[in-house]
Amino acid sequence: MELAELLAIGERERSSRRPVQINCCIAAGCLSAGSEAVQRSLNDSVKAAGLQERAQVCGVGCLRLCSRGPLVRIEPEGDLYERVTPEQAPGIVAALTGGHADAQRGDPDSPFFRRQVSVVLENCGRIEPERIESYIAAGGYQALFRALHEMTPTQVIDAVSRSGLRGRGGAGYPTGVKWSMVAKAPGPRKFVVCNADEGDPGAFMNRSELESDPHRVLEGMAIAGYAVGAEQGYVYIRGEYPQAIHRLQVALRQANRLGLLGGHVFDSPFAFRIDLRIGAGAFVCGEETALMASIEGRRGTPRPRPPYPAEAGLWGCPTLINNVETFANIPGIIRRGPEWFAAFGTEKSKGTKVFSLTGKVRHAGLVEVPMGTTLRTIVEEIGGGSADGTPIKAVQTGGPSGGCIPAWLFDTPVDYESLTQLGSIMGSGGLIVMDEQTSMVDVARFYMEFCMDESCGKCVPCRAGTVQLHRLLTKIIQRRAQADDLRRLEELCDLVRHASLCGLGQTAPNPVLSTLRYFRHEYEALLARPEV
Amino acid sequence: MPVKTLTINGQLVSAREGETILEAARDAGIRIPTLCYLPGLSAHGGCRLCLVEISGSSRLQPACVTKVVEGMEVQTHTERLNAYRRMIVELLFAEGNHVCGVCVANGNCELQDLAAEVGMDHDRFEYLHPNRGLDASHDRFGIDHNRCVLCTRCVRVCDEVEGAHTWDVAGRGANSRVITDLNQPWGESATCTSCGKCFLACPTGAIFRQGSTVAETVRDRSKLEFLVRAREERQWHV
Ligand SMILES: Cc1cc2nc3c(=O)[nH]c(=O)nc-3n(C[C@H](O)[C@H](O)[C@H](O)COP(=O)(O)O)c2cc1C
Ligand code: SF4
Ligand code: SF4
Ligand code: FES
Repeated sequence: MELAELLAIGERERSSRRPVQINCCIAAGCLSAGSEAVQRSLNDSVKAAGLQERAQVCGVGCLRLCSRGPLVRIEPEGDLYERVTPEQAPGIVAALTGGHADAQRGDPDSPFFRRQVSVVLENCGRIEPERIESYIAAGGYQALFRALHEMTPTQVIDAVSRSGLRGRGGAGYPTGVKWSMVAKAPGPRKFVVCNADEGDPGAFMNRSELESDPHRVLEGMAIAGYAVGAEQGYVYIRGEYPQAIHRLQVALRQANRLGLLGGHVFDSPFAFRIDLRIGAGAFVCGEETALMASIEGRRGTPRPRPPYPAEAGLWGCPTLINNVETFANIPGIIRRGPEWFAAFGTEKSKGTKVFSLTGKVRHAGLVEVPMGTTLRTIVEEIGGGSADGTPIKAVQTGGPSGGCIPAWLFDTPVDYESLTQLGSIMGSGGLIVMDEQTSMVDVARFYMEFCMDESCGKCVPCRAGTVQLHRLLTKIIQRRAQADDLRRLEELCDLVRHASLCGLGQTAPNPVLSTLRYFRHEYEALLARPEV
Repeated sequence: MPVKTLTINGQLVSAREGETILEAARDAGIRIPTLCYLPGLSAHGGCRLCLVEISGSSRLQPACVTKVVEGMEVQTHTERLNAYRRMIVELLFAEGNHVCGVCVANGNCELQDLAAEVGMDHDRFEYLHPNRGLDASHDRFGIDHNRCVLCTRCVRVCDEVEGAHTWDVAGRGANSRVITDLNQPWGESATCTSCGKCFLACPTGAIFRQGSTVAETVRDRSKLEFLVRAREERQWHV
């Protein structure tokens, strides 16, 4: 495939488009609310109204306001319909020609949409994820072409470094540094792995990204393969994401057929194959060494690092492992330049971050904002504040590895360093809003139970420590604990944090420690009064 | 062979390149508590008893897997490490049913020795009293899962020295178990050669010889050491 052919595919796609697009969200959230039937009914209605020449129904990725699904958005007008039923479809189509739509209208100019900035999600909800032409028409695969034909691998890595991009899987490791380590590591074979295991409770960023724009992740991986010298990539994705898996499979088939992946990518000497590996739902398999053991067909347990995957990863070969969103950022950086990317965000945290905003908040859904946006903006403006008027108490970030940040600290900018300083972490992007009715000790126990159930059992502090921490928290909640137990809780948190083998155990105490830090009175109020 | 010098607890120690901190310490006569480590087997890094402090690193590192580096300054017995070790041993005792008075391994048990070494005089954690079952289907050996500390020495010795890979780990977290074959009774295992290496490797009374009673277990570890050394030094040619 030549560049001209690629551009021609995009051009054909654009010129065959009808003047009006009826975009119906077919990402998991809306699908589970019944959007498939809505899409079918919209199609029928367009036909029945004889509007096939004027309008077309497109199944698109996440339209973001997941709590109001199924969502339908009319382009280019931008009209938004919420909680659409199949029966309302004829009305929505009639409204295109001046009729009346009886469906609930959403406000596309509300702060939920206005305050967002689309970088990773630029195509999300705009293109049809199951059609490669739709991605190409939006500029897709041009970055890969540029990298292969106009840049050396070193230049690609240099661009990624200059963009300031940091890993979106949780720890925020500088992506350019990681790429250059893998590129420099000696070895005849290297691998690229995309971590799509997304196991944090309440997190659905990676799922939405893959369901809405799968080719972007594949393109990012191929660019990475070229940069580090790998010919094989794997997407490790959890089995609980059948829709995302399906769309990846479709996308892989399409990209291989067009020669954008496989033997000679863009007719260059560069070969890059991508295969899927399906996880069986263990949270620990998101940890990089456990993930690679699982790909190799072994039991998914972490191993001590060093050696890091960049030196010795899959089958002992140098391996680059990045998160879905990290890869999804790459095509934009290559196409528009690292300076464009670095203009978003703060000094140390560049670009944007995608969050899944859930919990006791009015507008729940998928949110992308520049790094450095305050929690207040996210929770109160974008999220619209409390769902039922009960004052908001805290927001949980980073899932079971993160912590709770109290409402009085909502002016904190969201970046890697600030959140760590508050005793939480950025994590992969889960944001759960909690109101005054939530007991923070209950929250701490919920996450401890999660870690206890998900511990792989390899190391003693995590395997046995999380069980004892969970017991202590239960004892406190049942008002059977005394001051001594609280002290033991803290001592044990310290052990589990510093002595565990992998990140799961090392961060498992965070929800307890952060709630102790900000809501200690809730723990103390539950202590049994000592006998007098 | 290049030599590295480092200090352990302030004492100057030399080590061969590629050696672990644990090996260097043992050669220098400094004891670091271990449980999952067994010479000749691949390192596991699971028990976390061998964690040490290294100057310039905020993370504790397991001595059994961490390689020596020139100029490294290692501390093996700080107050913090001692406290952690004691807590880890307490966690192990609370997790299983370790009733030494009725155990075949009483007096010949590494877990018991560790309790004494770390100064554990009582257990601050709640006993879980698990009921993990016992498998006595093998005609020469048996396993009491309630005494298993999941060190995986049996798994590794069977795979790496005997080459049978009868044992493996199933389940996760507190539900982890060592299993034989595909979780079949040990006595029905098609791969077990009845060599007894798992029995020799087991640090506790979990794997026992059929017919032995309280405090009767004697393990001749020198047999394992002999095998491992013979293999490493290629004393046998096939
Ligand atoms: C228990 C545990 C679970 C993890 N789960 C994920 C995950 O679901 N997705 C992910 O990208 N990274 C996860 N990570 C982090 C990975 O180990 C790794 O750091 C990451 O994939 C690196 O990608 P990045 O540099 O792009 O962030 C997890 C880490 C731990 C300790
Ligand atoms: S910290 Fe937990 S999950 Fe990680 S290796 Fe240890 S037991 Fe397994
Ligand atoms: S049976 Fe013995 S050797 Fe095997 S894991 Fe349990 S304690 Fe370790
Ligand atoms: S001996 Fe090193 S972790 Fe067990």
